[in-house]
Amino acid sequence: MQPETRQQIDALIEKYPQPRGALLPALYLVQAENGFVSSDQAREVAEVFGLQPVDVWEVLTFYNMFYTTPQGRHHVYVCTNLPCSLRGGRSLLKQIEAHLGVHAGETTSDGRVTLGHEECLGSCGTAPMMRVDGVYHEDLDLTRAKQVIDGLE
Amino acid sequence: MITEPHVTSYLSEHYADDSFRTLDGYLAKGGFQGLKKALALEPEEVIETVKASGLRGRGGAGFGTGLKWSFMPKDDDRTKVLVCNADESEPGSFKDRLIMERGPFAMIEGILIAAWATGSARSFVYVRGEYRTCIESLNAAVAECYEKGYLGDKVGGKKGFAHDMVIHSGAGAYICGEETGLLESLEGKKGQPRKKPPFPAQYGAFGLPTTVNNVESFTHVSYILDRGVEWFRGFGTEKSPGTSLFGVSGHVERPGLFELPLGTPLRDVIEHAGGVLGGRTLKGVIPGGMSMPILPASEIDVQMAEEFLSEKGTHLGTGGVMVMDDTTCMVRVACVISYFFRDESCGQCTQCREGTGWLNKICTRIERGLGTPQDLEVIHEVPALMEGQTICAFADAAAWPIQGIMRHFADDFELHIREQKCPYPGSFEL
Repeated sequence: MQPETRQQIDALIEKYPQPRGALLPALYLVQAENGFVSSDQAREVAEVFGLQPVDVWEVLTFYNMFYTTPQGRHHVYVCTNLPCSLRGGRSLLKQIEAHLGVHAGETTSDGRVTLGHEECLGSCGTAPMMRVDGVYHEDLDLTRAKQVIDGLE
Repeated sequence: MITEPHVTSYLSEHYADDSFRTLDGYLAKGGFQGLKKALALEPEEVIETVKASGLRGRGGAGFGTGLKWSFMPKDDDRTKVLVCNADESEPGSFKDRLIMERGPFAMIEGILIAAWATGSARSFVYVRGEYRTCIESLNAAVAECYEKGYLGDKVGGKKGFAHDMVIHSGAGAYICGEETGLLESLEGKKGQPRKKPPFPAQYGAFGLPTTVNNVESFTHVSYILDRGVEWFRGFGTEKSPGTSLFGVSGHVERPGLFELPLGTPLRDVIEHAGGVLGGRTLKGVIPGGMSMPILPASEIDVQMAEEFLSEKGTHLGTGGVMVMDDTTCMVRVACVISYFFRDESCGQCTQCREGTGWLNKICTRIERGLGTPQDLEVIHEVPALMEGQTICAFADAAAWPIQGIMRHFADDFELHIREQKCPYPGSFEL
């Protein structure tokens, strides 16, 4: 953990009635360093919060937005829940799988993109959609999806 | 990005105006008048006003907002806490996102009114982690409120009324929309719901007395305090006053959000959305987010309010209306729904953890043409063993939509089993 991250975590802890309230925000900060939280980093976080490493690990593995293994440089998530599926979300995901040559849950061999499918992201009125590095792309078709994905370095 | 609903009313009339997202712009449109009026009242009077308005929570359960506030203990030295449930994750629901992106101050004002009414010194807005735009919008709004004296030591210039607000990001777990799952998550733990009692008003966030309300519920409160109970009751029905932001998705011409009075006929809501896509025939509608039982086309002459929908065996939920046309394979719909609940079950209750998995496996098997008549019996049995048997309502939410589909569309399942294949080649891809 970098010293700046540690400082930011200490500031976050002040915002909660109990220090542990800052655990999720702290894990986001640690994750931002390398794109995932390693077991060594989880141990460090546990020390900061006075917790057992397993307390941190069970939190990390409970939530979808934390990663415990190295990820591709970019995350592409396609929503496959019902409102998106009704508007072609799953067909879009299959076409993106074919375009990238990986299945959902896999990373391209050059480490560029980790592809995934995701449950409802609150874009049901602008379906289908994908979330790329946290940014929503809505009212999507394959042409636009490819443009966005091919533009990722 | 959504900028405004297709049909607006008091909540959303200024959403297309970017200045409404700034404090000055909000004040120019009459913002913070509700708080001003609330601060001139005794806290108990504010609670009585919200009770008299008949406002029902908009997070799905429809519980009376004023009544919920009255559960907060009066003679208790502990710091009291408000939590705004902004973990909008119910499939088919996207209204809270719009409120937070386009009208964050009205929501914050509602929280401050609740803080005055319940004597709460702190609040946490728990926003689902994926809603980055909402988190940014709220953080900017909160910073402006601190600068201009709407948060901090003397809220709205009122001596002795201090309030601090934190915008807290979730991390991707549907179960954290359940209020005690949310509280666990806010405390930095896995979002596994708590057994009740004790209820949050006695033992909530960090063990402190806590009230949890939805984004839209807080937002209505600002308008109720400003414009009055009688004005509010001019919208909606006797039992369900006010408007709601109905989200319409699926097979319609013009999906999106529509702010309409509660009690609007479902048929009209669908018409506002341009009717069924491509002029095709309607097959079914989920009226209140994916957890709620489906209505077949023959049953859609119903008003969109809990008292009418419950007569039809379903619920208003979050007002997320999902429309399905006659190309739709209901076994595929069941596959998508059961996969979601299997994926999101927190795993602490056996009935839910195992039941959601069973349902998904069986639905998938039937869709692939490998189902047996015995599978149909199991699909009927499993939801009944889940419903009402667990710590939280998630198992009900997982059981109800499957029960609804089986009640109205059992033919689709029987056809798959008889023909050993999916009889809907033109249905959405699985």
